[in-house]
Amino acid sequence: MKKGNRGWYILFTAPLLVIFTTVVIIPFLIGIYYSFFEWDGIAANPKVFVGLDNFIRLFDDARFLKSAWITTVFTILAVISVNIVGLTAALLVTSKLRVANVARTLVFMPYLIGGLILGYIWQFIFLDVFTLIGDITGLDGIFFNWLMDMDYALYAMVFVFTWQMAGYVMIIYIAGIQGVPNDVIEAAKIDGATGWQRFRKITFPLLMPAFTISLFLTLSSAFKIYDVNLSLTGGGPANATEMFAMNIYNEIFGYGNYGFGQAKAIIFFFVVAAITLTQVYVTKKREVEM
Amino acid sequence: MKILSKYAKEVLLFLAALFFLSPIYIIIVNSFKNRQELYDNALALPEKFSFQYYTEAMEKMGFLSALGNSLYITILSVLIIVVLSSMTAWMLARTDNKLSNIIFMTFIATMLIPFQTLMMPLMQLMGTITNELHIPMFNTREGLIFMHVGFSSSISVFLYHGFIKSIPITLEEAATIDGATKFGVFWRIIFPMLKPITVTVMILNVINIWNDYLLPSLTLTDKGLRTIPLSTFYFFGEFTIKWNLAMAGLMLTIIPVVIFYVLAQKHIIKGIGEGAVK
Repeated sequence: MKKGNRGWYILFTAPLLVIFTTVVIIPFLIGIYYSFFEWDGIAANPKVFVGLDNFIRLFDDARFLKSAWITTVFTILAVISVNIVGLTAALLVTSKLRVANVARTLVFMPYLIGGLILGYIWQFIFLDVFTLIGDITGLDGIFFNWLMDMDYALYAMVFVFTWQMAGYVMIIYIAGIQGVPNDVIEAAKIDGATGWQRFRKITFPLLMPAFTISLFLTLSSAFKIYDVNLSLTGGGPANATEMFAMNIYNEIFGYGNYGFGQAKAIIFFFVVAAITLTQVYVTKKREVEM
Repeated sequence: MKILSKYAKEVLLFLAALFFLSPIYIIIVNSFKNRQELYDNALALPEKFSFQYYTEAMEKMGFLSALGNSLYITILSVLIIVVLSSMTAWMLARTDNKLSNIIFMTFIATMLIPFQTLMMPLMQLMGTITNELHIPMFNTREGLIFMHVGFSSSISVFLYHGFIKSIPITLEEAATIDGATKFGVFWRIIFPMLKPITVTVMILNVINIWNDYLLPSLTLTDKGLRTIPLSTFYFFGEFTIKWNLAMAGLMLTIIPVVIFYVLAQKHIIKGIGEGAVK
């Protein structure tokens, strides 16, 4: 690089790099360091080096293992449900229907409202409206307060998460569907392909890039869910919905186990990275070029 | 047969849209009811419309101050992100050497780090900066903005970088020959061309920063500095039993979002779509 250019290079990149390094890179490195210590977070108290003990202890922490299991179940259900609802909505709103625009606007709106507030809204609906509908219709096997039930509370989380994310992935699928060239569809029509055949043989394969990105987004945000968890169930009843992210928060700031909690946080990073990278690798391989 | 299925689709979609709207209906009707009326029938229309609970909720959650804080933090963060990440992405994309590649790859790789992995060491580091360098990172809106910018930089640089790669370099070269400085080339020629991706970067970051709860909850303890998600959280801690008041509070928090959506709807949907397929 010429000398003058080097000056410009620094001027353009340094401000962001300084902020980025301070906020992301250094804390990440310190975080790895802390995970080898036992420490209660009070500066005056000693940090005791325990090597890999924190990581070994994780496998004895029943509550952590349970939260890992719940998070996995939640993620699988949520990814399936968000993508089915999102893709269906996208297919419906891109067909020439009169209500398409209104529907598109409304389905997307929850994503803008934000997880914490959505959680509170639905807390009220499960608490009051569900029981009311149950009373009126007599269907109190379906309409009761899901949040008080050990199993249903998790489904309530899936339900609200789907509500939040479906509109977002719908937009991604719409972009994908609009990228499918019309002449190919027309040609298939002339060749006598049925609607279902056209979807399966043309639209679906060409949607693969949209699948890659939608699955990545839903997978990682389901796995990292915190806001909705906090406001909808608070992890209850009896920790039945305490997800990974909340467990880490509670371990560090709730119980003051800074080193142990940070070890969990490091494992959390590796799990998120491994899952999402595998998914992107697998779906990318199935993408086709036009 | 075909007409029937089209009709069925219309109805189906209309019902789905109604279903997505129903929580808003529930919040609105109950925000006008007193407690007895709310418990009698949460679905019915209120007997009379009075804004009593709105004024009460507004006062109890410190709504106007929270709105001001949220606006200040979101707008400033997003402006800084747009300026700094577009400049950085341009330099990285146009200077094709090892260093640029390493920096860019670092940005991409860190997108995989969940916030929970960073939150504790970040708070420790911010504490050190506050105590040793006497730069107040806690309980200042500017400290929070600094952190928001840091967390948003990866995705923003990534989006800008991808877009810049698709712009031919010849225009810049011509301007350089005409004697323009790098600064001039970027701000006069390149930045205006980045408008579509700037819209995407702005929208994604506005949504993330506006709705963020965890980071502000860790850095702001002062009541007067609370953002909207933060004041909603504390409001619910104190008034959970008074659901009618809570509904008015929730409605207040949704109103700014709806206004934003109505004003920028076209850009939001297009921006999200473009950000995703990039």
